[in-house]
Order: sequence, then C-alpha cells, then structure tokens
Amino acid sequence: MSDESAVGTQQASSGSDAAAPSKLSVEGVSKIFGGLVAVDDVDFSIAPRSIVSIIGPNGAGKTTFFNMLTGLYKPSTGRIVFDGRDITGTRPDRITAFGVARTFQNIRLFSTMSAVENVMVGQHARMKGGMFSSILRTPGVRREEREVRERAREMLDYVGLRAAEFDQVSSNLSYGDQRRVEIARALASEPSLLLLDEPTAGMNPNESARLTEFMGKLRDERDLTILLIEHDMKVVMEVSQHITVLDHGEKIAEGLPQEIRENERVVEAYLGKSAGD
Amino acid sequence: MSKLAELRNARWAPWMPAIIAVVAVALFPLFRPPLDATMSDVIQALAYVVMALGLNIVVGFAGLLDLGYVAFYAFGALAAGWFASDHFSKVNGGEGVHIGVSDFVQTAFPQGIHVSFLLIVIGAILVTALAGAVIGLPTLRLRGDYIAIVTLAFGEIISRFAANGDSVIIKGYALSNGRESISPIDQLNLPLVGEFDSATNLRFYFWTALALVLVVLFVNFRVRDSRLGRAWIALREDEVAAASMGVPLVRTKLTAYAIGATFGGIAGAFLGVYNNSVNANQFQFGISIFLLSMVILGGLGSIWGVVIGATLLSFVNTFLIPDVLDKGSFNDLLSNVGLDFTFGEVKFGVFGFILVLMMVLRPQGLLPERRRTAELTQGVGGDEAIVETRA
Repeated sequence: MSDESAVGTQQASSGSDAAAPSKLSVEGVSKIFGGLVAVDDVDFSIAPRSIVSIIGPNGAGKTTFFNMLTGLYKPSTGRIVFDGRDITGTRPDRITAFGVARTFQNIRLFSTMSAVENVMVGQHARMKGGMFSSILRTPGVRREEREVRERAREMLDYVGLRAAEFDQVSSNLSYGDQRRVEIARALASEPSLLLLDEPTAGMNPNESARLTEFMGKLRDERDLTILLIEHDMKVVMEVSQHITVLDHGEKIAEGLPQEIRENERVVEAYLGKSAGD
Repeated sequence: MSKLAELRNARWAPWMPAIIAVVAVALFPLFRPPLDATMSDVIQALAYVVMALGLNIVVGFAGLLDLGYVAFYAFGALAAGWFASDHFSKVNGGEGVHIGVSDFVQTAFPQGIHVSFLLIVIGAILVTALAGAVIGLPTLRLRGDYIAIVTLAFGEIISRFAANGDSVIIKGYALSNGRESISPIDQLNLPLVGEFDSATNLRFYFWTALALVLVVLFVNFRVRDSRLGRAWIALREDEVAAASMGVPLVRTKLTAYAIGATFGGIAGAFLGVYNNSVNANQFQFGISIFLLSMVILGGLGSIWGVVIGATLLSFVNTFLIPDVLDKGSFNDLLSNVGLDFTFGEVKFGVFGFILVLMMVLRPQGLLPERRRTAELTQGVGGDEAIVETRA
C-alpha cells in the first residue's frame, strides 16, 4: 500500500531537492586509520523529510561514515553540518541532543536491561533530573520518571512490541523484537534525523517488507529524515528517494534508485569487472 | 486473613526484612556492656559497609574497576586528623581555631584546628569528591585492566604520601604524622546528643555508624533508580551505545568516581574520630583489595549483597582469623604439616582463597543483582565481558 505513495512523494521531493536547505550536509569528509583510507573525500547531503540510502559492498566505509555522523569518530578532514550547525568532531551525546539518533548493525541493546529501561536510557538527553534532585526524589524528578517510563511504553507500542515483552530483559527478546526495541530507543531521543545501520539484516522478506512500510510511516508521522545503510536491494529500491553508493571509501555514484540500478560503476562494484575488461 | 494480605501488599512490604534487620542491629548495643569488644568490631564492620557501598557504585554500577579505594579512606581520615586535633598547633598565634566544639575541647585543647564532626564530614565529602574526579580523569580513555592499574597507582601514591607525610613540611606543618599517629582526635560531638566518649561508652558511636550506613544506603537506592543510575548501567553494558543514546561519558563516569569516593571519605572521617588517631599504617593497599572482595563476595552491583559481603568479611577479619590464632589448634594444624606461619600472617591469602571459592561455586555473589544473574545464567554479554577485560 505504501508502495505507490512512496513513489509519489519520491518524485515530489526529488523535484524540490535543490531548493530545500539540506537536513544534513557533508563536505569532503575523509577518515584515515593509520595507512587505511576508510572514507575518502565524500560529499553528501540529505533533504529534510526524505529517506536516503547508502549502499556499497562490505568494507566500503558505510559504517565508518555513520560513526563520523554520530560523533563516534572524528573525521580526518571535512565538515559535517546538521540543521545548519557544524557538528564536525562534536561529542556523540551532544549530537544526539541536537537530534541525530541511530541504530547499530549488530544490535547493541543494553542486554541486562528490560525493553522499557533501554528506551528510558534513550531519553537521557531529553531529561533534566540531576544527582541531588534524584537523591531527594523531588516532585519534579518523580513526575519526570513517570513520564519517561510512560513514553517508553508508548514508543515500544509504536514500533509494534507486544506489551507482554515490555519488561522482559532485552537479551531474552527475539531477534526481530530486539531490532524493534533498538528503533524505539533511537526514537525516544526525539531525533529529526534517524540513521539505521542495516535494519533488515537477519530479517525474512516478510519482516523486511513490514519494516520498509514502517520507515515510510516514520517519515510521514514523525517528520523524520531517515538515512539508511542497507544490503537488501529490494528494500533500498522501494524505500529510497535517493541513493549514494560507496566503494573503497569513495563515493562512486549517487542518484535516483532507477539511475543507480543502471549505473555501470555500481554494477561493477557489486559484481566485479566483466571478464573481457 | 485479609489484614495479613493487606500487610503483604503494602508498599513497604518488600522492605520488611531490611527494616527488621536494621531495628535488630540498632538494639544490639543495649544488650552489651557500654564498652564492649564485639560492639567495637561491629562499628568497624559498619564503617566497612559504608566504604564497600561506595566502591560498589564505581565497580558494581558503572563497571569501572578501582583498586585504589583506600585513598579516599585516607583523605577522610586525614580530614579528621587535621581539623579535629592540635596538629596545626601554631594556627591563630597558638590560640587555635574552634568551630562548633564543646567547652571541654576548647579548654583541654586550646591549640590547633578543632571543627565539629558534621563540618569535617562535609569537608571530607568535598575533598574526596574532588579526589575521585581527579583519579577518574586519567582513566577516561582507558578500559578494563588499565583503569585498574591507574587506580592502583593512585591508591599507592596517596598512601605513600600519608606514610611519609611527616617529612613533607609545608609552612612548618607536616602533612601527616606518618606511621606515628595524629592523636588524640576530638571525640564525636553531635548537636542535641552532646559529646561522646569512646573511653567509657561506645553506644553512640555505634548508632552514628549505623546512621551513616542508612544514609549511604538511602543514597545508593535513590541514585541507582534514577536517570544517573540507568546511565551508569548503560555505560557498563555498552559504552558506544550509551554515548550514542545521549549519555555523556565523561561526566557520567566522573560522577560515579566522585560519589563512590565520598562514601570512602565519610567512613574515613568517622574512623579517624572513632579510633582517636590517624595513622598511615591504616591506609594500606590491602584495604582496597579487602573492600573489593566484599563487593565481589556480596554480588557486584547488588546493594544488599554488598552489605552482606562487607559484614561477612569483616566478621572473618575480626573474629575468625584472630580466634583461630587464640585457640592455637589451627596453627598447630599448620605447624604440624611443617608450615611456619599463622593465619593472621596470611590474612589476605585467606581472603583470596574465599574469592577463588566464590568464583568457582557462586560467581554471581551471595545475593546477586537481578541483572547479573541474567548475565551469568543465560550467557548474556558474556563474550563482551571478555573483550572488555582483555582490551
């Protein structure tokens, strides 16, 4: 059902791409580990309220790129601007407070915490309770705790976790549910830009399709801009308005899904050069 | 019947065993003579409980191994030594400074700085919180074993300073009296209660120690179930994910070190006053390990577990080991097999043995935290833990 509507908005927003100020813009960013250039002089930008994918073979530097956007790595060169604010080399928790949230390729939930507690940690940046007020448990802290817990439950409900699982220790949840909790935890920080690192990894086609639909819903209902690293081409082609392709740390192509599908360099990167070459 | 059900469902029902235990402990001195060796041992144990609870915040909650906790004990005790004795004898032209102390102290000890116990505790809290943050700083970029090494060194530096403080002279005053004591220290003097006298009656010291334990327990529970407590546990589980969820790593870690340290300072100030002397021999590396053993024995991160662990180990320390010495039978046992030492001499070997036994039989501790149980029985985060200790 979201299929056609996604295509519709895709054309609409790709038309306005040039005019709108970008949500996130990356200028000449590189990351060098010792002698290895993991990301090489990448320029990149996302329009607000769009869904954009980064694809590329394993080791192309996609996750390194994400880690720079979220402040886990400091770029070796270049500039990252989010919502008109330079966030190059800013601390990860500050970037989260500015409104960037992420999930991880290999799920990184706090394994001994319950689903609800995980999502409560996600709201850390939006909370005020300090040490002394927590010790005294002031009315303000009491109210905040209640609200945060309530919001965590709403968020888990929103991503489709069954209420019976809310208080389960997260490591006891099924793989799909863990992915859900991770998205809920990211959403709990009230981001305007959501970075998803291979969200459909390990999912069956059915689950992937549902997640694809959910991403459209997230953008429409919560005004989110979504940046996606994904290997599942079906998901990528269906959901993205724009695709950027990395290979060996370099951006080798970008454009509409249709253009990427037919781009020779992309096909080469994925399938190798043809024997005759 | 329905009354009983009501009681069982009351909000405070889960706290019942704790309340009964506290009341029982509080009544204990009334059944003993006012000057009683056992009571004195229990006072010592209560002070250990305070310190172990502080260490538990750093090690148990935030997952940062600290092998130099004795430093905070030293800071607290030295605060008592400096500000409740005639150590600074020439201060104020030899007339001393007296704030909130009894007339007796004023007339008997006209020289030096004499400040009321509550102010000393506040001072000790401030100093140790700062010291905790200072020791936290260099460990921020480190993990696992390396944090342990830095904290170990810090503990050693402080205890060496205390031991050789008699030759560190600043403006005519020694830093400490080294292995000679700073003594006497003023007796504890509380508003409403008046001045205590450890030479004739230990009961008030006992109740003060118990009150300190209760305050520290209260702070522990409140902080654990707060935004900060969740951030500590998140940090312990996965630093990268915690940072990405908006937890500021530096501030959160330093707060753990600082709060943990203050408990050491409180206990140190109390012990300084209670022992009536501050002596560098008290601040040995062994204390750090002793406290860590209490935390591990009870169950890392488990508040009640740590209370039990600390009580048990100080019981072993003050009753069991000296007792077997007295009876001689165990030492005969040792000498019968040709071993030329006593249990007292290998005290830390005994604690080490207890720890090894624990690791084999019950690695989660005597009263494990719910989370740790999950970790150990279901293998959750098992490999991550290995990565962390190896990294």
